Amino acid sequence: MEYIGSFLIFLGVIAFVISAIGLIRMPDTYTRMHIGTKSTTMGTFLIVIGVIFLEPTWILKLSLIAFFILLTNPLSSSVLARAIHRDGSTLKSDAMKEDQL
Amino acid sequence: MFEVSITLLSIALLLTLYRFIKTTTLADRVVAFDVLGIMSISLLVLLSLSFQREIYLDIALVLALIGFLTTTLFGRYIEKGL
Repeated sequence: MEYIGSFLIFLGVIAFVISAIGLIRMPDTYTRMHIGTKSTTMGTFLIVIGVIFLEPTWILKLSLIAFFILLTNPLSSSVLARAIHRDGSTLKSDAMKEDQL
Repeated sequence: MFEVSITLLSIALLLTLYRFIKTTTLADRVVAFDVLGIMSISLLVLLSLSFQREIYLDIALVLALIGFLTTTLFGRYIEKGL
Protein backbone atom coordinates (compact mmCIF):
# COMPACT_ATOMS: atom_id res chain seq x y z
CA MET A 1 0.00 0.00 0.00
CA GLU A 2 2.71 2.40 1.07
CA TYR A 3 4.97 1.51 -1.86
CA ILE A 4 2.13 1.96 -4.38
CA GLY A 5 1.37 5.42 -2.94
CA SER A 6 4.99 6.53 -2.98
CA PHE A 7 5.44 5.28 -6.53
CA LEU A 8 2.33 7.16 -7.71
CA ILE A 9 3.54 10.36 -6.01
CA PHE A 10 6.94 9.98 -7.68
CA LEU A 11 5.29 9.48 -11.09
CA GLY A 12 3.24 12.63 -10.57
CA VAL A 13 6.31 14.64 -9.64
CA ILE A 14 8.09 13.33 -12.77
CA ALA A 15 5.11 14.53 -14.83
CA PHE A 16 5.50 17.98 -13.23
CA VAL A 17 9.23 18.10 -13.99
CA ILE A 18 8.57 17.15 -17.63
CA SER A 19 5.93 19.88 -17.75
CA ALA A 20 8.37 22.50 -16.44
CA ILE A 21 11.10 21.47 -18.91
CA GLY A 22 8.60 21.55 -21.77
CA LEU A 23 7.42 24.98 -20.71
CA ILE A 24 10.97 26.23 -21.25
CA ARG A 25 11.77 24.23 -24.39
CA MET A 26 8.58 24.62 -26.45
CA PRO A 27 8.67 27.18 -29.27
CA ASP A 28 5.36 29.08 -29.12
CA THR A 29 2.40 29.82 -26.88
CA TYR A 30 0.01 27.13 -28.06
CA THR A 31 2.44 24.28 -27.51
CA ARG A 32 3.38 25.74 -24.14
CA MET A 33 -0.28 25.78 -23.18
CA HIS A 34 -0.66 22.20 -24.40
CA ILE A 35 2.11 20.98 -22.13
CA GLY A 36 1.10 23.29 -19.32
CA THR A 37 -2.42 21.92 -19.07
CA LYS A 38 -2.42 18.20 -19.79
CA SER A 39 0.65 17.07 -17.93
CA THR A 40 -0.15 19.18 -14.87
CA THR A 41 -3.65 17.67 -14.68
CA MET A 42 -2.13 14.19 -14.84
CA GLY A 43 0.52 15.06 -12.25
CA THR A 44 -2.01 16.44 -9.79
CA PHE A 45 -4.18 13.36 -10.23
CA LEU A 46 -1.29 10.96 -9.63
CA ILE A 47 -0.14 12.86 -6.53
CA VAL A 48 -3.67 13.02 -5.07
CA ILE A 49 -4.27 9.29 -5.68
CA GLY A 50 -0.90 8.47 -4.13
CA VAL A 51 -1.71 10.51 -1.01
CA ILE A 52 -5.09 8.71 -0.81
CA PHE A 53 -3.17 5.41 -0.77
CA LEU A 54 -0.94 6.68 2.03
CA GLU A 55 -3.58 8.44 4.16
CA PRO A 56 -7.00 6.84 3.52
CA THR A 57 -8.82 9.02 6.07
CA TRP A 58 -8.26 12.21 4.00
CA ILE A 59 -10.17 10.82 1.05
CA LEU A 60 -13.03 13.38 1.11
CA LYS A 61 -10.91 16.53 0.80
CA LEU A 62 -8.47 14.94 -1.62
CA SER A 63 -11.22 13.75 -3.96
CA LEU A 64 -12.77 17.23 -3.78
CA ILE A 65 -9.41 18.73 -4.84
CA ALA A 66 -9.14 16.24 -7.72
CA PHE A 67 -12.73 16.96 -8.77
CA PHE A 68 -12.21 20.74 -8.85
CA ILE A 69 -8.91 20.38 -10.74
CA LEU A 70 -10.68 18.19 -13.29
CA LEU A 71 -13.48 20.76 -13.57
CA THR A 72 -11.55 24.03 -13.74
CA ASN A 73 -8.32 23.18 -15.57
CA PRO A 74 -9.79 22.53 -19.07
CA LEU A 75 -12.08 25.55 -18.66
CA SER A 76 -9.25 28.00 -18.02
CA SER A 77 -7.05 26.58 -20.77
CA SER A 78 -9.88 26.72 -23.30
CA VAL A 79 -10.67 30.35 -22.44
CA LEU A 80 -6.99 31.25 -22.67
CA ALA A 81 -6.51 29.46 -26.01
CA ARG A 82 -9.51 31.26 -27.53
CA ALA A 83 -8.24 34.61 -26.25
CA ILE A 84 -4.74 34.06 -27.64
CA HIS A 85 -6.13 33.00 -31.02
CA ARG A 86 -8.40 36.04 -31.29
CA ASP A 87 -5.52 38.24 -30.22
CA GLY A 88 -3.67 37.09 -33.33
CA SER A 89 -0.86 34.87 -32.14
CA THR A 90 0.65 32.54 -34.73
CA LEU A 91 2.12 29.07 -34.61
CA LYS A 92 5.85 28.79 -35.13
CA SER A 93 5.90 25.06 -35.76
CA ASP A 94 4.99 23.43 -39.07
CA ALA A 95 2.45 21.11 -37.49
CA MET A 96 -0.63 23.04 -38.61
CA LYS A 97 -0.53 24.75 -41.99
CA GLU A 98 -4.12 25.91 -42.34
CA ASP A 99 -6.13 27.74 -39.70
CA GLN A 100 -8.76 25.32 -38.42
CA LEU A 101 -10.32 27.67 -35.88
CA MET B 1 10.79 9.34 1.91
CA PHE B 2 8.90 12.28 0.41
CA GLU B 3 11.87 14.61 0.54
CA VAL B 4 12.99 13.54 -2.94
CA SER B 5 9.53 14.19 -4.37
CA ILE B 6 9.22 17.56 -2.64
CA THR B 7 12.71 18.59 -3.83
CA LEU B 8 11.96 17.59 -7.43
CA LEU B 9 8.65 19.46 -7.34
CA SER B 10 10.43 22.55 -5.98
CA ILE B 11 12.94 22.35 -8.83
CA ALA B 12 10.06 22.15 -11.32
CA LEU B 13 8.45 25.17 -9.63
CA LEU B 14 11.70 27.14 -9.90
CA LEU B 15 12.00 26.28 -13.61
CA THR B 16 8.43 27.50 -14.16
CA LEU B 17 9.24 30.67 -12.23
CA TYR B 18 12.23 31.20 -14.56
CA ARG B 19 9.85 30.87 -17.52
CA PHE B 20 7.46 33.28 -15.81
CA ILE B 21 10.18 35.93 -15.44
CA LYS B 22 12.15 35.41 -18.67
CA THR B 23 9.44 35.86 -21.30
CA THR B 24 8.20 38.68 -23.48
CA THR B 25 4.48 38.23 -24.16
CA LEU B 26 1.55 38.45 -21.76
CA ALA B 27 0.03 35.13 -22.90
CA ASP B 28 3.15 33.14 -22.06
CA ARG B 29 3.25 34.75 -18.66
CA VAL B 30 -0.39 33.85 -17.96
CA VAL B 31 0.25 30.22 -19.01
CA ALA B 32 3.27 30.03 -16.70
CA PHE B 33 1.21 31.55 -13.87
CA ASP B 34 -1.51 28.93 -14.36
CA VAL B 35 1.08 26.15 -14.15
CA LEU B 36 2.55 27.77 -11.02
CA GLY B 37 -0.87 27.71 -9.34
CA ILE B 38 -1.46 24.04 -10.08
CA MET B 39 2.05 23.13 -8.95
CA SER B 40 1.53 24.96 -5.66
CA ILE B 41 -1.68 22.96 -5.08
CA SER B 42 0.28 19.72 -5.48
CA LEU B 43 3.10 21.05 -3.28
CA LEU B 44 0.58 21.88 -0.53
CA VAL B 45 -0.84 18.33 -0.74
CA LEU B 46 2.66 16.86 -0.41
CA LEU B 47 3.54 19.20 2.47
CA SER B 48 0.36 18.23 4.34
CA LEU B 49 1.47 14.61 3.99
CA SER B 50 5.00 15.41 5.12
CA PHE B 51 3.99 17.50 8.15
CA GLN B 52 0.93 15.31 8.91
CA ARG B 53 -1.35 18.33 9.05
CA GLU B 54 -4.73 18.06 7.42
CA ILE B 55 -5.31 21.83 7.58
CA TYR B 56 -3.05 22.41 4.55
CA LEU B 57 -5.54 20.51 2.41
CA ASP B 58 -8.09 23.27 3.02
CA ILE B 59 -5.73 25.83 1.49
CA ALA B 60 -5.14 23.54 -1.49
CA LEU B 61 -8.91 23.14 -1.85
CA VAL B 62 -9.47 26.91 -1.89
CA LEU B 63 -6.66 27.34 -4.43
CA ALA B 64 -8.20 24.67 -6.65
CA LEU B 65 -11.60 26.37 -6.36
CA ILE B 66 -10.66 29.97 -7.16
CA GLY B 67 -7.29 29.60 -8.90
CA PHE B 68 -8.79 29.31 -12.36
CA LEU B 69 -10.59 32.66 -12.03
CA THR B 70 -7.30 34.51 -12.52
CA THR B 71 -6.61 32.73 -15.79
CA THR B 72 -10.17 33.25 -17.02
CA LEU B 73 -10.00 36.95 -16.17
CA PHE B 74 -6.67 37.37 -17.97
CA GLY B 75 -8.11 35.54 -20.99
CA ARG B 76 -10.98 38.00 -21.07
CA TYR B 77 -8.52 40.88 -20.76
CA ILE B 78 -6.37 39.61 -23.66
CA GLU B 79 -9.49 39.11 -25.78
CA LYS B 80 -11.51 42.29 -25.19
CA GLY B 81 -9.61 44.61 -22.89
CA LEU B 82 -11.06 45.73 -19.60
